[in-house]
Amino acid sequence: MIGPERAKEILGQTLQASKAEQTEVMLFAQDMELTRFANNIIHQNVAETDTTLTVRAVMGKRRGIATTNNLSADGITRAVDSARESALRQPEDPDFGGLSGPHSSNIVQAFDESTAACSPEQRAKGVGIICRKAKEKGIINGSGYFRTGTQEMSIANSLGTMVYHAGSIADISVTAMTEDSAGRAQLSAWKLNELNPEAIGDEAIDKAARGRNPRKIEPGEYTIVAESYVADDLVGMLAWIGMSAQSVQEGRSWMNDRMGQQVMSPLVSIWDDGLDPNGYPTPFDFEGVPKQRVDIVRDGVIGSPVYDTYSARKEGKSSTGHASPSGWGLDTSFPINLFMAAGEHSVDEMIKSTERGLYIATFWYTRPMQPRDAVITGMTRDGVFMIENGEITYPVKNLRFTQSYIKALADVEMVGSDTRLIIGEPFGTSRVPALKIKAFNFTGSTV
Amino acid sequence: MDTLSARALETARLRGAQYADIRVVHSQDEDISVKDGVVEHMITNESLGFGVRVLMDGAWGFASSRDMTSAEVDRIVDLAVKIAKASALVRGDSVQLGPPVTSKGTYTTPIQIDPFTISIEEKLNLLLQADANMARVEGVSVRNGHLTFIKEHKTFANSEGADTEQTIYEAGGGIIATAVGGNEVQRRSYPSIRAQGTAGWEYILEMDLPGNAERIASEAVQLLTAEQCPSTTTTIIIGGEQLALQIHESCGHPIELDRVFGMEAALAGTSFLTTEKLHNFHYGSEFVNITAESIRSTGLGTFGWDDEGVPASSTPIVRDGLFVGYLMSRETAPLLGLNSNGCMRASGWNRIPIIRMTNVSIEPGTWDYNDLIADTDDGIYMESNRSWSIDDKRYNFQFGTEIGYEIKNGKLGKMLRNCTYTGITPEFWNSCDAVCNDKYWFMWGTPNCGKGQPGQVAHTGHGAAPARFRNVRVGVMK
Repeated sequence: MIGPERAKEILGQTLQASKAEQTEVMLFAQDMELTRFANNIIHQNVAETDTTLTVRAVMGKRRGIATTNNLSADGITRAVDSARESALRQPEDPDFGGLSGPHSSNIVQAFDESTAACSPEQRAKGVGIICRKAKEKGIINGSGYFRTGTQEMSIANSLGTMVYHAGSIADISVTAMTEDSAGRAQLSAWKLNELNPEAIGDEAIDKAARGRNPRKIEPGEYTIVAESYVADDLVGMLAWIGMSAQSVQEGRSWMNDRMGQQVMSPLVSIWDDGLDPNGYPTPFDFEGVPKQRVDIVRDGVIGSPVYDTYSARKEGKSSTGHASPSGWGLDTSFPINLFMAAGEHSVDEMIKSTERGLYIATFWYTRPMQPRDAVITGMTRDGVFMIENGEITYPVKNLRFTQSYIKALADVEMVGSDTRLIIGEPFGTSRVPALKIKAFNFTGSTV
Repeated sequence: MDTLSARALETARLRGAQYADIRVVHSQDEDISVKDGVVEHMITNESLGFGVRVLMDGAWGFASSRDMTSAEVDRIVDLAVKIAKASALVRGDSVQLGPPVTSKGTYTTPIQIDPFTISIEEKLNLLLQADANMARVEGVSVRNGHLTFIKEHKTFANSEGADTEQTIYEAGGGIIATAVGGNEVQRRSYPSIRAQGTAGWEYILEMDLPGNAERIASEAVQLLTAEQCPSTTTTIIIGGEQLALQIHESCGHPIELDRVFGMEAALAGTSFLTTEKLHNFHYGSEFVNITAESIRSTGLGTFGWDDEGVPASSTPIVRDGLFVGYLMSRETAPLLGLNSNGCMRASGWNRIPIIRMTNVSIEPGTWDYNDLIADTDDGIYMESNRSWSIDDKRYNFQFGTEIGYEIKNGKLGKMLRNCTYTGITPEFWNSCDAVCNDKYWFMWGTPNCGKGQPGQVAHTGHGAAPARFRNVRVGVMK
C-alpha cells in the first residue's frame, strides 16, 4: 500500500507539474492476490502490485487524458504534458464546463488490516478445506478462487479537491461440478472474517450433488425462484444498458419514457449508495465528487439515473457522485454500489408457494437483444431444479432464455429476506436478495 | 537479457525453483474517441512492469510489480516462491512442461507506417470527417468514431535459456451510427464494432471511414422502420464479420485445452470438445476447414513467440469437418502426448499467461458471394454483430446482428431489423454448405476477449468469409 500521505504527495507533485488551465489527478493503487483452484487443486496463484496515475488536463472547453504507472518525476512530467497536448489539439466541446470542486470526502470505513495482511498460506488453507470436502462428496471438479487485497483511490484537482480512500477486499467463489451437474456459490466482503470458506464450498457442493441426472424439459414460460446471483445479473444488466444520465439523454435507456411510472412490482426497489457499509463503500466517484444515494427504482416506480458532472450540467443539475473512470468504454456516469431491497420471505417459502416452476441458481453470458425494453438472452448455469407442488422434485438441464428484465421485475411476487454482497472485478458491487418471478420466458434447451 | 531479468532468474534458482520465467512489458497506447462532432476522450496510456513465474515443488507461483528496481525484483521473486509453496499445499500431480524452450531472437510487427508518428490532428481529422458525413443523414441520434493504437515491447527469459524480445503494433478503429425512434434503438457500425489488427496507420487508411459513414448512417435510420426479422427456421448467409465472432465463440473457445481439462470451469466454463473427440468427431460439414495460427499478416494473434517462449505456428483445427486440433500450452499439451503449439498469452506484465486464441480462422471456400446469393431461393442475409451469448460448454448459442436482408429467388430483398439466430454448435456447423472464396475473406479482430481470474482481455484474430447455413432458427426475440 502507498498510504494517504504518499498518495497526496504524488498528487501534489503532479498538480504542480501541470501547465494546464485546470488539472485533475487520480491515483489508483492495488495490491491484490488471488488463489485459483480447479480439479480440486490450486493451479494458479498470483499477486499484483500496481499504481496508476491518471491526469485530466483542461484547456478551456477541451480536455485530454494520460495515464502512467511511471511515478518518477520524468514519468509524471510526461503524463501531464501528454494530457495537455491532447487537450490543445482538439476542437472545443461546448457542453464541457470544466472541472468541479473543491470537494471533500465523506469518511466511510472499508478497510480491514487482517484482510490486507492475508497470506498465501491462509488462502491455501481455505481452498484446501473446500477441495477436500469436494473430493469427499464425489465432486470431480471443485474450482474457483479466493481473493484478498487492498485498493486505494486518491483524487485531487486544481480547484482544491484532495480526497483519499482505502478499501480491503475478500472474495470467495466456488463452482463444484460432477459429470452432469454443477453448483456455485460466491460471497464477498471487505472483512475477511465475514467469509467462511467451508460454508461457501458446502453451498456449491450441495447444489452440484443434488443436481445429478438432470432431465431435459421443454422451453416455455415458467415461474422461477431465483437465487441472489440471478438478481445480481438483473440489476447489473439494467445498470449496463441504462442507469446513466447519458444513456437517458441519448434516448437509448430502458428508463426512457418510464420515469415516474409504476413499471415494476411494488416489491422492487433498486438504489445506488456508496456510503452504506453493508455494501463495498466508496465515498467519492472518479472525479472526487461525494457519492449520493440515488433511487433507480422505488417500490416499482422508476426513479432517476445517476449523474457525473458532464451529464448533470447538460440538465442544469449537480453530479450525484457517479462519474466513471475515463477510457473504460462506459457511459460518463455509472452506478457501482447497487442495492436491491430485501423482502420478507425465505427461499423455502418461495418454493413452497410455487405449484410448478423452476429453481434457478445462476444466469450466464447474458446479453441485450433490445435495450429499450431490456430484452436479454442468456443461459441458466450451475443449478436448475423443477419445483412441483411446493417442492423441488428433480434437477433440470440448462435452458436459454429471451426475456425482458423490466417485465421480469414487474412479475416479482416474493423477495428474499436475506441479501448477498457480490463484489465484481475490477469494480462494481451489488447486495441483492433472492426473487420469485411469476413468469420467465425460456426459448431453448441444451442437449 | 537485461540485468533485472537475469537477477530474477538467478534469485529464483537460488531459492530452489525448478523453473522460472520473467516477462518485462512496456506498453504504450493511444485512444481517441469522437462523439457527435466533439472529442469524447483522447487518452495516452503507458504501463511498465514485470511478472515472475516460478515452479516450486511441482506447483506454480506468480508475482508482479511496476517497480523496476533490484530490491523489488528480489521481493517479487521471494513472493512468487512463497505463493508457489502455498500452491503446493493443495496440489495434484507435479506440473510437467514437456521439452525445454530455448527460443532466442527478436520480432517486430511488420508495419508500413508507425501510427505513433501520425499527428493527433491527422487522426482527429479523419474521425471528424467521418462524423460530418454521418451527420448529413437526417435522423441519426448519436455518432461515434474511435481510433486505437498500441505498441507493446516485451522481453521474455526463462531458466531453460530462452531469451526473446518482441515489439507488437496494433491499430484499430471504426465508426458507429445510432438511430433512436419509438421504442427502437438501431445501430450500424463500420467496419465493425471493434475492427483491429497487428498493423500500422495503413490499416486505418484502408478502412476509408469517411467514405462509408453516410451509408451506415442511412442504414441505421432505415432500420427503425424496417420489418422485424421473422420467427422461423430458414437458410441464412452470414457476413464475414459476424462469422468471425461465430468462430471465436463456438470454435475458438471450446478448443482451448485448459477449458477441456476443467481448468477454467469456475468462470469461462468447460468445453463440449472433450479429448476422445479429437480425430473422431465431425465438428462441421465437409466445407468447414478451420486453422489456428499466429503467423498471418494483420491477425491480432500474430507474434514471434507466445508468453512461454514457444515459436509462432499453424495448427489445423478442423479439416473437411473433422475435429483435429486444440490450442495448447506447455503444461497441457503433454497430457495428450503432444507439444505446445504456442497459445499462452498474458494481457500484460501483471497477469500470468493462459491459453488464448491466436488467429482462429475458417479457410476460404470456392463460392463467389454473388453466386451464393443467386443460388439461394429463400433465406436471410445477416451481417455485423450486435449481441452474442453462448453457454459454458460452448454448445448452445444465440447471436444478433445489426442488419439483415431477406433473400428471395436468388436476390437480396427488403431490409430486416433485430435479426437473431440460435443453434447448437456442431449441428450449426454441419449445416454449412458453402463458404465464399478468398476474394471475400478478411482477417477480423476481436480485441475484447475476456477470460481468467483475475480477468484478462485478449486480442484475437479471426479470418472469415461469408458462408451459408441451412435450417437455422431465426427471429428469437420474445
